[in-house]
Amino acid sequence: MTSTTAVSVAPTLHAGETIRRSDRRLGIVMLAPALLYIALLVAVPFLLALFLSLTNSSAGSLEFSFVGLQNFENVIASPVFRRALRNTFVFTFVSQLAVIVLGNVLARALMKSFHGKAIARFLILLPWAAPISLATLGWLWIFDSTFSVINWLLKVAGWLGPGQWYYWLGDPTLGMVAVIMIHVWRMLPFSTVILLAGLTSIPNEVREASAIDGAGLFSRIFRIEIPMMKPLLTVAVLFGVVFTFTDMSVVYLLTRGGPYNSTHVLASLAFQEGVLGGDVGRGAAVAIFLVPVLVVLAIFMLRTSRRAEVV
Amino acid sequence: MAAALSPVRRTAAVVVHRATILFFIAFAIFPFYWMVVTSFKQNADLYVGATNVAHNPFLFNIPPTLDHLRILFGQTLYLTWLRNTLFVGLVVVGITLLLAVPAGYSLARLTGRWGERLSIGIFMTYLVPSTLLFIPFSRLVSLMQLQNSLWSLVLIYPTFTVPFCTWLLMGFFKSLPREVEESAMVDGCSRVGAIWRMVLPLSVPGLLTVVIFALTLVIQEFVYSLTFISSVQRMTVSVGVPVALVRGDVYYWGSLMAACLITSIPIAVVYNFFLDRFIAGFTVGAIK
Repeated sequence: MTSTTAVSVAPTLHAGETIRRSDRRLGIVMLAPALLYIALLVAVPFLLALFLSLTNSSAGSLEFSFVGLQNFENVIASPVFRRALRNTFVFTFVSQLAVIVLGNVLARALMKSFHGKAIARFLILLPWAAPISLATLGWLWIFDSTFSVINWLLKVAGWLGPGQWYYWLGDPTLGMVAVIMIHVWRMLPFSTVILLAGLTSIPNEVREASAIDGAGLFSRIFRIEIPMMKPLLTVAVLFGVVFTFTDMSVVYLLTRGGPYNSTHVLASLAFQEGVLGGDVGRGAAVAIFLVPVLVVLAIFMLRTSRRAEVV
Repeated sequence: MAAALSPVRRTAAVVVHRATILFFIAFAIFPFYWMVVTSFKQNADLYVGATNVAHNPFLFNIPPTLDHLRILFGQTLYLTWLRNTLFVGLVVVGITLLLAVPAGYSLARLTGRWGERLSIGIFMTYLVPSTLLFIPFSRLVSLMQLQNSLWSLVLIYPTFTVPFCTWLLMGFFKSLPREVEESAMVDGCSRVGAIWRMVLPLSVPGLLTVVIFALTLVIQEFVYSLTFISSVQRMTVSVGVPVALVRGDVYYWGSLMAACLITSIPIAVVYNFFLDRFIAGFTVGAIK
């Protein structure tokens, strides 16, 4: 606005220092639309979800009445829900464990320079960029009951004898294996790139010094590198967990929660009850069970970011 | 160090390394390879059944065909879905830029300490999943009479593009030297004028990143689109292909896989060029 004050104040201005009043006002004006949008379309719906879970509202009408915790009681009493709750944790835990172990191996392999590294990196990253619904469709075809190429390979390898067959999506255990496999396939590139950033941020001198001091490969990895890249490891795990824990596309497209509702997760069950079944209150109650875990993750994340700022 | 290893062990290390890389590449691209093979195989070659050990499904046992592509482009609504997706994508990108550019700049330069806290809060909203919000949104959408309209997606998609893009842009603006605006303001520009004339032209790479991400996030989105769009003509590509290309219990796997391939590969290629910036967005603060 007034350029004279800008001249006098600007040169001394850097982070953490007082900001001119006109700038502060401009800052609020520029921030307001985004904040307002987020408040109206994230915060309000979030509260509305909590509210709806306490009502008997249904898709057909806008009328409803309060039912207290009835939805939650019904939901917890249902074996399908308990199975979905367990599945959500099993899928998330197993797939993220695999992703972190494999991601460390892969990131380490990608650290070295070799011919065609750029192409290798590009190909390895493909699964993360492809739209999840379409990628899952590709896997649906790979796991097909009659034409599964995996079964063909197992047959050729002699693993499946005559008359033996895997119905990947028709068997609860195999269905869970299939879902976990897709989550690993999708999240591995994401974690690998983050872990790679962590590995490259460790100065070479540290590695050399540990070699001079006689540290073996394992003590170097577990005593030096993993502690040094802990913040990034945390980031990879936290986001991996969030993306897997809240996903419904994989289960919805691969198994529709079947066979016999054995592979549902919280998100797909909420969709089935709240949208397909039209019982909005019950669907909301199922989805609310995502919240405690997300809150815990958010707190972890805040802590990581704060610690990183202090150091 | 490396010289101390015997040649045999060094060769072994190289072999293990290459084998590891190849294994991971195979795992990553197998579904895409499978899409390619399926898209161009004749049905007689496609639907043989995995019990037939003599028939190798990895290869073209009969010459390839373009029939599945012809069906996809000629007899399905695939192009309509692409158009719908592009429409939603472009409008959402516009809205995202309008909201996220000023907000990102404000958080980077004008709000000081509380802006830093607020920016983390904004980033956190990216964690509120669509699978929690689609139920209240379905109420909101029906209240606003937007059921089965692409405008419902235009309204809702910025809930995930705006927080993330604001965060990315904030990081980008912070990386520009303050002298950029300050010198312009010394020359008599207002702050807004300095942003318009000096900061934005320098921010083209950052803005481009945001455009790409907003667009790819829109193309990838599945849950909201599945919830709010019911007529086949109005579907986006991520829902139309899995939901409407399947007719009854009959899967047209050739056309289906062609649709998956044609949609996924361009996005994946573009996305890859910008991936490092995207990851940097997630890891801000964790590397120091």
